[in-house]
Order: sequence, then structure tokens, then C-alpha cells
Amino acid sequence: MQWINVIIDWGNTVMETVKDISPIVILVAFFHIIVLKKPVPQPRKVFWGFVFVIIGLGFFLMGLKMALFPLGTLMAEQLTHPDFLSIPPGQPVHWHHYLWIYVFAGCIGFATTIAEPALKAVAIKASQVSRGMISEWGLRLTVATGAGIALALGTFRIVTGTELYMYLLVCYIIVIVQTLFAPKDMIALAYDSGGVTTSTVTVPIVAALGLGLSSAIPGRNPAIDGFGIIALVCMFPIITVLGYAQLMLIIKKFSKKRTI
Amino acid sequence: MKKTSVYILSKCKSATIDLLPIVGVVCFFQLIVLKQPLPDLGTLLAGTLFVIIGLVFFIEGLELGLFPVGEYLSYALIKKGSLFWLLLFAFLLGFSTTVAEPALIAVSYKAGEIAVENQLITFDKVEAYTFGLRIAVALSVGCAIWLGVLRIIKGWPIYYLIIGGYVVVMLITVIAPKEIIGIAYDAGGVTTSTITVPLVTALGVGLATAIKGRNPMTDGFGLIAFASLMPMIFVMLYGLIIFG
Repeated sequence: MQWINVIIDWGNTVMETVKDISPIVILVAFFHIIVLKKPVPQPRKVFWGFVFVIIGLGFFLMGLKMALFPLGTLMAEQLTHPDFLSIPPGQPVHWHHYLWIYVFAGCIGFATTIAEPALKAVAIKASQVSRGMISEWGLRLTVATGAGIALALGTFRIVTGTELYMYLLVCYIIVIVQTLFAPKDMIALAYDSGGVTTSTVTVPIVAALGLGLSSAIPGRNPAIDGFGIIALVCMFPIITVLGYAQLMLIIKKFSKKRTI
Repeated sequence: MKKTSVYILSKCKSATIDLLPIVGVVCFFQLIVLKQPLPDLGTLLAGTLFVIIGLVFFIEGLELGLFPVGEYLSYALIKKGSLFWLLLFAFLLGFSTTVAEPALIAVSYKAGEIAVENQLITFDKVEAYTFGLRIAVALSVGCAIWLGVLRIIKGWPIYYLIIGGYVVVMLITVIAPKEIIGIAYDAGGVTTSTITVPLVTALGVGLATAIKGRNPMTDGFGLIAFASLMPMIFVMLYGLIIFG
């Protein structure tokens, strides 16, 4: 790639980020000038903060477009290709032929969630608010594990062609039961951790995987079966975070009993 | 000067660690499972470097700009004592950040294609349909942040509302047109972008800190949860209205 093209692409990406952030800037400015009639405190610091966010997202998206997205799409295609699966032509395809897909989906789901800036932001905030009781990395690893499981299961669902709402119904029931027993101060954060995983890094990879898989498997319609992984990625982190909180509580109780 | 460079180095190190899992997974599958070389190594390395630089700038900007703005606005609006302006701000924040979200535009475009392929709508109506879908999702996120802020103010426990939402989702699924269910379920996830999440989180935590009797941990979080649940309901309702 020529450097001129890279610079032009970067400029375009930055312009898109500016477009994304402009409603927020307008809204905040409107409330400060018209409603509160007060300026933002430390305007210079906040200004540089917004500039940094724009520059940062520009570089971030640009880098993803150059490296991760093309490679991720390519790998999803290769892993679903009949040649790689070494299925003789004419033979029926079983769900266990796609074992590597599930492993890949699980690993890439975990890895992209760790790199997700929105999750990092929430983890920083949660660690501040809980005064370090919740560690940044503890939360991120737990959420990423949930996302990984969700992705593996989501690809399994596409391969088997089972109904999406059944999976979601089971998830809902698990979350409701967990909510009954989980420590109360973790519930809101756990519910939030579902939505934060599906942002910039994860969604395009998930989409490529879902569409690639559903067009490679006979009898699947990419338009209908390609969807649904994101919905699962929104649910499983809730389950893992609630489960982790529950586990910590049990360990704490158990160790207390033993010391007495 | 030395202090600054140490600071920047530590930030770069933490961003690099964030990316290590991706590099590991990609290399393992490409080199060991697929047994193929990494294509275009130069572009890959440059891209990875860009991602690291981007992460460093973004996290720095978050702490300088997005977090303080979200927190200060919630303090100031609580101090002003006007529920109306606070709730209006909440709604507009959800609506305006979602309506132009690129991921949402991509998904609604895809949804339009599906609707035409399945002959649910005629080709000339596809533009109105995708636009309506975007508005439905943006309205739903606006309502979600509005409801979430109202919850923090009133101190309602989050689980009643969320579990109630799950029940509504399941009930509407029974009567919703089949072609819209997949899109509706996914719509919840794509609405919460990288810029919206930190701002909304700071807003919630700021509110719960500013209002007496609220705990930032139990009450401050949860806004994102509403924002990923509400679109499912609104999109299925939209499908019901459009397709009968």
C-alpha cells in the first residue's frame, strides 16, 4: 500500500469519527450554553480529550481495516471451505466436521473482546467506582470468556440450523435464576457487560464469520441464518460475570467458615 | 520530560498487551491450523501499529474528555433540579448517538435486502423501510437511556425492569414476523458504540453519585443494559406494524 493512500484513508476515517462524535458535541454544547448557562469546567482539557478520542479512533479503525478485518474474513472463508474440512464431495456434512470453526470462533471472540475499547472504558470505571474491589483485568477476562463461548455456540447454531429464540430463551432463564442468587451490587454491572462487548472490533468479525459460514453450508440462507451471533454475544457475558461474582461469594463464605 | 516518556511507554505497553490475544489467535490458526503464510506482512504490521497508537490516544482522550463531560453534566443537571431537562438530555443522548451509527446503517441496509428477497416489501419501498428501521432503533435507545435514568432517580432495582424486558421480548417473538426476529435480536448489540458507552457509563455513575441514597455500584451501571434490550422490542414491533 502506498503511503499517500494510507494518509487519505486515515483522513476519511477521522472524518467519519468526527461525524459520529458531532451529535454528542452539539448536544453537550446545547445543554451547557442554553440549559445550564455555564461553560464546561477545564475546557482546554476536555477539548484535547475529544481531539484525542477522534485521532485515536481514526488510527484504531484504520489499523483494523488494514490488518484484522481482511485477515479475519479470509480465515473465516478458509476454515469453512470444503477443501479444508476434507469432506469428500457428495457426502453429507455433519456438525462435527466444523470443529475447527467453533474453536476459531471461540478464540477470536475472546481475543477481540479483550481489545474492545468500550469494554476497557467500562472496566476502568467499574474499578474506580468499586475502589479496586473489581479488578479491570478480572472483569475483562470474564466478559471475554463469555463472548468466546457465545461465538462458539453461535457458529454451532448456524451449522446445525437450530432456532435462535430457543438459545435466547435458555439464556434468559439462566440469567433470571442467577439474578436471584447473585450479590446485589454486581447485577447492574453484569447486565451492562453484555452490551459493551459488541462494538468496533467484534461486530465486523462476527458478521464475516456468520455470513461466511451460512453461505458455505448447504441449506442455510445467509440473509436469515447469518444473524443471531451478536444476540448471543450480548447474553453470555452476563452469565459469566454473574457466575464469577457468585463463585467469589461462595469462596469467601467457605474460607470464612474454615477460619472459624 | 522523562516522566512523560515513561508515562507514554507504559500506556503503549498496556495497549500492546490488549492486542496480544488477537495476534496469538491469528498466528496460531493461520500458521498451524491452516498452514499458510501470513499475507502482506508489511501492511499487517503497520495496521497493528496503528491499532496500538489508536488505543493509546482513545483511552487517554476518554479520561481527559468523555468521562469528565459525562460526569459533570450529570452533576450540573441534578444540581439544577430539573427532572425535565435531565430526562430530555437522556433521551436525546440515546437518540442522536444511535441514528447516525455506522453499524446500525449497515444492519438496516442488510435488513432491507432481506425484506425484498423474501418479498415482504416491494423494491421501491425499501428505502422508506430501512429509514423507518433506523428511526425505530434510535427511538428505542433514546427511550432506553430515558428509562434507565428515571430508574436511577427513582432507585428502582434493575432486575425487575430487565427481566420484565426479557418476558416482553419472548412474548413478542411469538407473534413477530419470522424474517425480522434475527435482525431484531442483533439490533440490540450494534447500537452501543465505542463513543456512546463511556459517555453513558459516566452519566449513570455520575447521577448515582450525585443523588443522595444511591449507590454508584448498584444504581450507576445498567444504562447500557437497557440500550441493548429495548431495540429488540422496538424492531419486532416495527416488523409487526409494517408486515401486519
